Parts: sequence; structure tokens; C-alpha cells
Amino acid sequence: MDQHDQSHAHDRHAPIQGSTEDTYYEQRTWAIQALLVEKGIVTAEEIRRQIETVEARTPADGAKVIARAWVDPAFKARLLRDAKSAVAELGYDSGEAPVLVALENTPKVHNVVVCTLCSCYPRALLGLPPDWYKSLNYRSRVVVDPRSVLKEFGLELEPDVEVRVYDSSADMRYLVIPERPAGTEHLSEAELADLVTRDSMIGVTNARAPEPYSGRKAAAPA
Amino acid sequence: MAAKFQPGDRVRVRVGSPPGHFRTPAYIQGKSGVIEALHGAFANPESLALGGDGRPSQFLYQVRFEQTHLWPRYPNSLQDKLLIDIYEHWLESA
Repeated sequence: MDQHDQSHAHDRHAPIQGSTEDTYYEQRTWAIQALLVEKGIVTAEEIRRQIETVEARTPADGAKVIARAWVDPAFKARLLRDAKSAVAELGYDSGEAPVLVALENTPKVHNVVVCTLCSCYPRALLGLPPDWYKSLNYRSRVVVDPRSVLKEFGLELEPDVEVRVYDSSADMRYLVIPERPAGTEHLSEAELADLVTRDSMIGVTNARAPEPYSGRKAAAPA
Repeated sequence: MAAKFQPGDRVRVRVGSPPGHFRTPAYIQGKSGVIEALHGAFANPESLALGGDGRPSQFLYQVRFEQTHLWPRYPNSLQDKLLIDIYEHWLESA
């Protein structure tokens, strides 16, 4: 967002700072980078390439993993048992964290992920985290009052649904498997993947509902 | 070395703020929960952060807490849980 938007940016999930000057930690990062290059430990090109790789990741990969889990129960079982190996089957690298854990949402259990200490996030499968995920606001409030935070995201859960907040503060990265929306039996795996959004894999919302039919009826069950 | 706790065991998170880096948030310190899962043994982040080798590695557990236990004002009617990964040296039997 540009500077002119700042005055309108004080919504609940806005980043807590928008300064254009390098912060202390940014300056420190640049200084360390300059030293590493100067000492020949890494090259500027290697750093640039790594940043490019990281920033090229998108939630589309995660969405494909989820769609496969929806259509293939055996894959879903493997994903829940050992997500890192399961996503590797599909040709995805789940990143630097030693362990990837998949959490299945059901009609009775809703999982949502946060990192209260920083911004741990399954970047290899979801890309860079959204600003709100890193905000002090989300990180503190989703732990203390998850239902209100989910409501602000547009998701109101019934009292009998168990909300499970996962604080990913160590070596685990968590990926939520949202519930497969109703009325999607006829969709292909690729069409299903389109319904899986970034936010639904963090757990702050559900997967998108499919486009309603315009007068076309689903085939009757055989 | 064998893991000290097993899934289902009741544990309490130790209270402390050692100098340097640690990954046990203040809100969970002193609280009691149940071992949900044992993740395995991992390099100790408190050592890694200071340039150490992370050894001895620490068992890492997923620990489950009742939200009503963590937050006095959490509605009692709800079964909601908080799950967090805690290294073994931060846990004691409860």
C-alpha cells in the first residue's frame, strides 16, 4: 500500500508499522549480508536468487496438496501421518523446517495456526505470509480470543465446534486441511484446488464454496 | 536417551526467562497441559541462537491446553484448545 493509504489502514489486521526508513533489524541484516559477501561466504547473486525463489512461492502449491487429499483418502492419511513425505510425493519441497504437520478440519474441529513468537509459516507451500499474520494484533488476539478473530475474518463457528489454536513456535510448520465444501462432488482435482485459498490453509476461514449452478442440476446419484 | 513424557501425560511448563533466546512464550509458562504428541528430538534453539551446536538435542512435544485454563475469561462452555510445541527441558510432571 502506498503512503496515502496509511490513514485508512488502521483496520484490525494492519501491520503495526509502516515506516519507510530501515529499522534497526533491517540495517543489521544489510550489514551482515554485506559482511558475508565481502568475506566470500555467499555471493550477492546467490542471495538475490534465493529471495527470488522464496518470493516466487505461492499458495497454489499448498492448494494442490489439499485438493489431492480431498480426492484421495489414502493420500490424506499419509499427509496426516507425515506431511513432509506426502507433499514430497507430489514433487513439492516443504521447506527448511524439519517437520510439516497437516491438521484436518472437520464439522466438529476447526484448526487455526499462529506463531506468537515471530512468523513461522509453511512458506514453501504457501508463499510469504500475509502482513496480518505477522501483526502483533493477530498473533496475540487469535490465541486469547480465537472465535472473535475468526468472526472478524467472516467465519462464525458454532459453540459445539472445538477450536484448536496451534502456536507454531518451534520446529513444526502447520498446514490446515480445510473441509471440502459441499456440492463439489462433480469437480475435478484442479477445480477443487481453485477453492483452496491461502487463508483457508491458515485456518482463519473455510475453503471457498463452488460457483452456484445457473439452472444446471447435479446428476442424480447412480 | 528416552523421552521423559508420553502422550497423555500431564505436564506443567516451567517458568523462566533465561538470558538469550528461548521459544517458550510467557503466556504458557506455569500452565498445565497434556502431552498430545512427541515430535522427536531437535537441536536446542537456545544453543543455536548463540552460535552453539544445539546439543544436547531436546525432545520436542506438542502440548495441549484447555483455553479455559489459560484465560480466566474464556467462556466455560467451550471445549477449545491451545496446542504448542515445547522442548522437554521446559516441562515437568504435573
